[in-house]
Amino acid sequence: MRYSAFTIFSQGLTGNRGWKELWRKPEPKPSYDVIVIGAGHGMAAGYYLAAKHGISNVAVLEKSWLGSGNTGRNTTIIRSNYMMPENQPFYEHSLKLWEGLEQELNFNAMVSQRGIVNLFHSDSQRDDFVRRGNVMLMSGADAELLDEAQLRRMCPYLDFDNARFPIRGGLLQRRGGTVRHDAVSWGYARAASKLGVDLIQNCEVTGFRIDKGRCVGVETTLGPIAAGRVVSCVAGSSSRVMKNAGITLPIESHVLQAFVSEGLKPCLPGVMTFGAGHFYISQSDKGGLVFGGGLDHYNSYAQRGNLPALEDVCEGAMAIMPMLGRARLLRMWGGVMDMSMDGSPIIDETPIAGLYFNGGWCYGGFKATPASGYCTAHLLATGEPHELAAGFRLDRFRRGQLIDEKGVGAQPNLH
Amino acid sequence: MIVDHPLLGPRDSAEFVILGDAALLDRPDWQDPQAPERFYEYLYLRQNPAGLHRELWYHEQGDRSWLVVTRDTTTHDIVSVELARDVARRNKAKP
Repeated sequence: MRYSAFTIFSQGLTGNRGWKELWRKPEPKPSYDVIVIGAGHGMAAGYYLAAKHGISNVAVLEKSWLGSGNTGRNTTIIRSNYMMPENQPFYEHSLKLWEGLEQELNFNAMVSQRGIVNLFHSDSQRDDFVRRGNVMLMSGADAELLDEAQLRRMCPYLDFDNARFPIRGGLLQRRGGTVRHDAVSWGYARAASKLGVDLIQNCEVTGFRIDKGRCVGVETTLGPIAAGRVVSCVAGSSSRVMKNAGITLPIESHVLQAFVSEGLKPCLPGVMTFGAGHFYISQSDKGGLVFGGGLDHYNSYAQRGNLPALEDVCEGAMAIMPMLGRARLLRMWGGVMDMSMDGSPIIDETPIAGLYFNGGWCYGGFKATPASGYCTAHLLATGEPHELAAGFRLDRFRRGQLIDEKGVGAQPNLH
Repeated sequence: MIVDHPLLGPRDSAEFVILGDAALLDRPDWQDPQAPERFYEYLYLRQNPAGLHRELWYHEQGDRSWLVVTRDTTTHDIVSVELARDVARRNKAKP
């Protein structure tokens, strides 16, 4: 069924009885050309394999239900305001894919380009943001420097004259914004399923079948499945999964928390980030303020964090938006991040033939979903890395070619 | 989380800075013929276990001691806390 205004109208007239399930629920076949583990970025990879490369004998295995992992645990922000030459073109391509995503998938993912503003608080930080803005412009992205007067007109409620962190202006990317995160995985699953890709939920991969140094399939809770190529797209649990293939990764798993306030009337025009600490915020279409900050700083697989991180985030909130002190917190949750040793992702083959790896997304996974799937599909279909992901190699740490956006070295909890 | 400091007793985890895997105590020998490979593994690769994890914590807002905290990464339960220097000496004493 193709979605359109006419479909909504005709379904409205017929009691909405004609809507169908979004994707098929097949039993796993004994063998596939490609098995994708994880239905976050993996669902996008499955879709692009079928749509761009004509490989549709693909299974996407999800250990729980679709959207139960990090796809459902992020703060839904899209942007392309990176600086390193390996990162920025990739994220800009991702933003372009977001812009055409709903038409391509025929699914309303509520892509809303409401803009993202990175606040700066000092002259030197302004200089830094000017440089970043120029890098963005040179990659084909958009960037605008807002001075204090422009920002005052846009967001009069910011604490411009804060004694410790006065707000001097901001770097605005108008094409940045938010997307309805669940709808992304639903949209990809529906489009991929139509093209013949099997989404198999509640199927956890427990091991790899490796024959003479070549990966020939996976062991799952639903039994063994053979495959020509296997890719792991399970950021957060990458170390756990790849350990089954005997691979130790340059990754630590950390918990990142996010928070939602009670529903409020529209007050934030877009996404806003604090320049002197870890705090970022946007407002969902339901009215809740969605915000987050930094990691809890200790290794964790627990999908929940502790209160010191919440206190730090709230201090950041109060430093730029004192009005938030009167909002009440509704929900909070934690997601497990693959924190790589340089803060940048990995999309590459592994030392085991036929086994590929996608992970190390740190906090940047959600915005990267389309480009990550796109480049992973390209790698699987052609055996060569896509030019946009050519820097995201697994062996870059051995070669010393790190992509360290923040310049903090091999210290994952600081990226 | 409460860290049961061997010298100071129970302390709030917010007083600490966390460096990571306690394997960092065992720095490779720079004269080893395999030193580049050993240092690559030392610097970049992490076991990252789901379960018990031995990690280095620094008591920055306290007595500035380094601790080895053994903690379950799936529940955040702290199982044991030792002074890092005791662990390092014990490691050195091993052949």
